[in-house]
Amino acid sequence: MYHYSFLEMISFSTGYGKPLLIGVAMTICLAVAGFFIGAFIGIFGAWAKLSGGYIARSVADAYTTVLRAIPELLVIFLFYYGGTAAISALGKFLNVEGTLGFPGFLAGSLAIGICAGAQHTEVFRGAFNAVHKGEIEAALACGMSRFTRFRRIIMPLTLRHALPGLGNVWQIVLKESALVSAVGIIELMRQTQLAAGSTGMPFNFYMLAAAAYLGISTISGFLLQLSERRLSRGVRR
Amino acid sequence: MDTSFTYETFVRLLGALPLTLQLAAIGISIGAFFAMILALMRVSGYAILDWPARAYVFVFRGTPLLVQIFLIYYGLGQFMLIKKSFLWPFLREPYWCAILALVMNTAAYSSEIFRGGLLSVPHGQVEAARACGMSRLMIFRRITLPLAIRQALPAYSNEMISMIKATSLASTVTIMEITGVAGSIISETFRAIEVFVIAGAIYLAINFVLTRILGAMEYWLSPHLRQPPSAILSSSAA
Repeated sequence: MYHYSFLEMISFSTGYGKPLLIGVAMTICLAVAGFFIGAFIGIFGAWAKLSGGYIARSVADAYTTVLRAIPELLVIFLFYYGGTAAISALGKFLNVEGTLGFPGFLAGSLAIGICAGAQHTEVFRGAFNAVHKGEIEAALACGMSRFTRFRRIIMPLTLRHALPGLGNVWQIVLKESALVSAVGIIELMRQTQLAAGSTGMPFNFYMLAAAAYLGISTISGFLLQLSERRLSRGVRR
Repeated sequence: MDTSFTYETFVRLLGALPLTLQLAAIGISIGAFFAMILALMRVSGYAILDWPARAYVFVFRGTPLLVQIFLIYYGLGQFMLIKKSFLWPFLREPYWCAILALVMNTAAYSSEIFRGGLLSVPHGQVEAARACGMSRLMIFRRITLPLAIRQALPAYSNEMISMIKATSLASTVTIMEITGVAGSIISETFRAIEVFVIAGAIYLAINFVLTRILGAMEYWLSPHLRQPPSAILSSSAA
């Protein structure tokens, strides 16, 4: 029997190179989708905590407390199985034949996004609080409307203060995205599991996956550093 | 909501609680030990100690815990050398693999927290200790370490909560802790929401108790930030 070397196994023509690369793309897509869903939730969460009424504030507080205490894997289970159950209930209600599956990508990115949203909320809240009151007063004195004030003053300044925190959330989201492999979504981790299982070389493949995650996080960390420098070019050091 | 199902699920999940706590407790305590060594390597000022610690932290913080668990559980079995060594009876067990991964992971994160604590110790305090004639070891034991721990505690409590959450990943290598049991009940019954609520409540309770204990510890460790009792205030005024 001919033994394939590890290099042959990860070749792009016949080996696992191409599926793994697709897995990397899928991981990045999942993480980006989760990050933006989380950011969307986070903006509302921060708004609720900063200037919402009693009810909005309590809901936001409960959300961040609960989501920061519960393991992400449990949330992923909830969305995947809960989504499937909800879809089949809906199918039964609408009298659709056959079994219906909840799209894995949607379930995964929603689960990641909802977990990340709790962290986003705190990041945006802290960043808004770091905006100097005088700048908002100056905008008021210039006669800016609420919307102009938000667009020209509050948003850019909040974003500048939030960027380091957002970078941390991105790194967490990227690593969390590996967890959705537990419900069978074919991203980098799942693809690695498949390759490791069928070749009998788990160590090599998991090492490769670790290197890929390290590469993604290092490159994105570098990009974040660049954008941080760009956003704070008006700040004296 | 079906009460008998809820009760049954609650009892089953509660049965898995000791395993979750065990994984977390062992992981945190051994992890803290290695984290302290790594932090001391980082602040030692010797490049030969600093760089390996730096590389370790970079690798373990840059990769998902799941990859680390799988690398240890599935990956190490690939080598005959390990399979024949005395370590194999341990590395064959998913329990020890999960603990090893948790320890190595938390050591990387905690070492950065401890390093921050060690660096925050005011230089004047160390100088004062030196002026009192304390030896290096005694300065570390009496001055640097207590001050560093006090400074690092708030950040370290976050890391402890992350560790409680991280134990859920042990379920991916067949360990039936809370998330593992919850996952199997969900896939048996497809009643995701009820099981999720119960399991979530258990995790919430663990973390609630943990944060209270750590908060009490923080209070106990920082008497200098508290208002002095009114008796002292009135007697000094008199």
